[in-house]
Amino acid sequence: MAEFFQFLMSGLTVGAVYALVALGFTLIYNASDVVNFAQGEFVMLGGMVTVFVAAAGVPLPLAALIAVTVAVAVGLLLYWLAIEPARGAPAVTLIIITIGASILLRGAAQMLFDKQFHKLPSFSGDAPINLFGAAVQPQSFWVLGGAAVIVLLLYVFLERTVLGKAVLATAANRLAARLVGINTTTVMALAFGGSAAIGAVAGILITPITLTSYDVGTLLALKGFAAAMLGGMGNPLGAVAGGLLLGLLEAFGAGYLSSTYKDAFAFIVILVVLFAMPQGLFGRRVVERV
Amino acid sequence: MARGGLHVLEVSNLHSAYGRIGVLKGVSLEVRTGEVVALIGSNGAGKTTLLRALSGVQPISSGEIRFLGARIDRLPPHRRVERGMTQAPEGRQVFGPLSVEDNLRLGAYMRRDGEIEQDRERVFAMFPVLREKRHLVAGGLSGGQQQMLALGRALMGKPKLLLLDEPSLGLSPILVDQILAAIVALKASGITVLLVEQNATAALGIADRGYVLETGRIALTGAAAALLSDPKVKAAYLGAD
Ligand SMILES: Nc1ncnc2c1ncn2[C@@H]1O[C@H](COP(=O)(O)OP(=O)(O)O)[C@@H](O)[C@H]1O
Ligand SMILES: [Mg+2]
Repeated sequence: MAEFFQFLMSGLTVGAVYALVALGFTLIYNASDVVNFAQGEFVMLGGMVTVFVAAAGVPLPLAALIAVTVAVAVGLLLYWLAIEPARGAPAVTLIIITIGASILLRGAAQMLFDKQFHKLPSFSGDAPINLFGAAVQPQSFWVLGGAAVIVLLLYVFLERTVLGKAVLATAANRLAARLVGINTTTVMALAFGGSAAIGAVAGILITPITLTSYDVGTLLALKGFAAAMLGGMGNPLGAVAGGLLLGLLEAFGAGYLSSTYKDAFAFIVILVVLFAMPQGLFGRRVVERV
Repeated sequence: MARGGLHVLEVSNLHSAYGRIGVLKGVSLEVRTGEVVALIGSNGAGKTTLLRALSGVQPISSGEIRFLGARIDRLPPHRRVERGMTQAPEGRQVFGPLSVEDNLRLGAYMRRDGEIEQDRERVFAMFPVLREKRHLVAGGLSGGQQQMLALGRALMGKPKLLLLDEPSLGLSPILVDQILAAIVALKASGITVLLVEQNATAALGIADRGYVLETGRIALTGAAAALLSDPKVKAAYLGAD
């Protein structure tokens, strides 16, 4: 039983990170139809910038804030320099642009920083907390709590503010959004900036547990994308559920079956699900176009 | 009084194309303060393209658009909405996953005044069914209700000029009458309307003047009553034989 809770907690922790990456995918996809494969690089930037700024003597919270700011700036630049000029291009072109951007960002990180793995100190120490016999790192609660706060903030923003509703309106019908006076370019920039911030926060929260390096973004983008597909591309709650589920699949797969094949195992389950339910577990949020 | 003062909208020699295919080939027209102007023409004539160009969501290759005396053809769509030109587009285009109330609120997206609530009440008074369904998602409404919502959403922008693209399309005769009555009421309240319709009889029936658009050019214009009795219009657009 203790083993079960051990796997559960580690699955939820890593799943929360996948969920945040998937949420970033979803936000950008909804606002602009772009599948942004540079999403993982925001996570990398969050961790790496925090590590290096903190190493320069800046207090951790401030270093984290700087890292989020850097990621947001990169997200906005990605939008203004690479996505916006290619507006109207086919989806495949835009995907290739984001893949190109992720390669560029990884290369830049490798040159600016280094190729080593780096760690951040846990936010509230390393003494494990006993939960039903499982030894849980305190940082896990930071990750889960942080993810919950982000999901909640995003929910309040989208459902309770006019600007948030403008984002939803842009996702639902771009032509109509422009006709009521929503500046859809601003909304898309907002989505890129917001996604970058979410990714960076995920990177900062998880680095004390998983370490970070210039190239952590690649696999995270894949996992986040898989999670978003699993939940149903375009559905924010589906993204969160898909992320958590993917984390749990990996943790239990690694724990009970084989840790060598944990990535493959998770992807096989996803392929099976998508084969049976091409819309993902929660489908795309129903968008009526009459 | 300056000439521009009488005109809400002046379009001159407007050209627009999809790729290489020209759709608007030098359209000129004007809409004066307080008028309802009907723009009729067969399917594919370019009516929707013209309204989209006016709202700024369809690029133009040349020509001028003046709104309330000022050039607006270089302004982005939201600046045109801000100046008081709103549109209920063809096919309604409501925000399907959002509630009726949110659709209306977004119609007032560019407004910063404090009368948004009152205007929403006015829309509800005009179309009581929208009040009943205010918390339901717009995608679940019937076609007629979605048309009312699209019209209400455009009104929430507090327009000085309202562009309507085929508001009667696909509606039952009773609903068509209800929409037409609403347009007449809007005119009475001082809103200027440019009404695009394939249903020429209905449109000319409530309009002051009309234009006939044929393959991207204005083929005919005149008082609505004159157009209604014009033999060419009758033959081509009024279904008379
Ligand atoms: N998105 C588009 N791409 C290419 N051609 C278009 C597009 N929309 C409309 N057209 C063409 O432009 C012409 C005018 O269309 P439209 O403005 O919709 O006419 P109307 O509203 O009068 O029926 C038609 O020949 C139509 O096929
Ligand atoms: Mg049309």
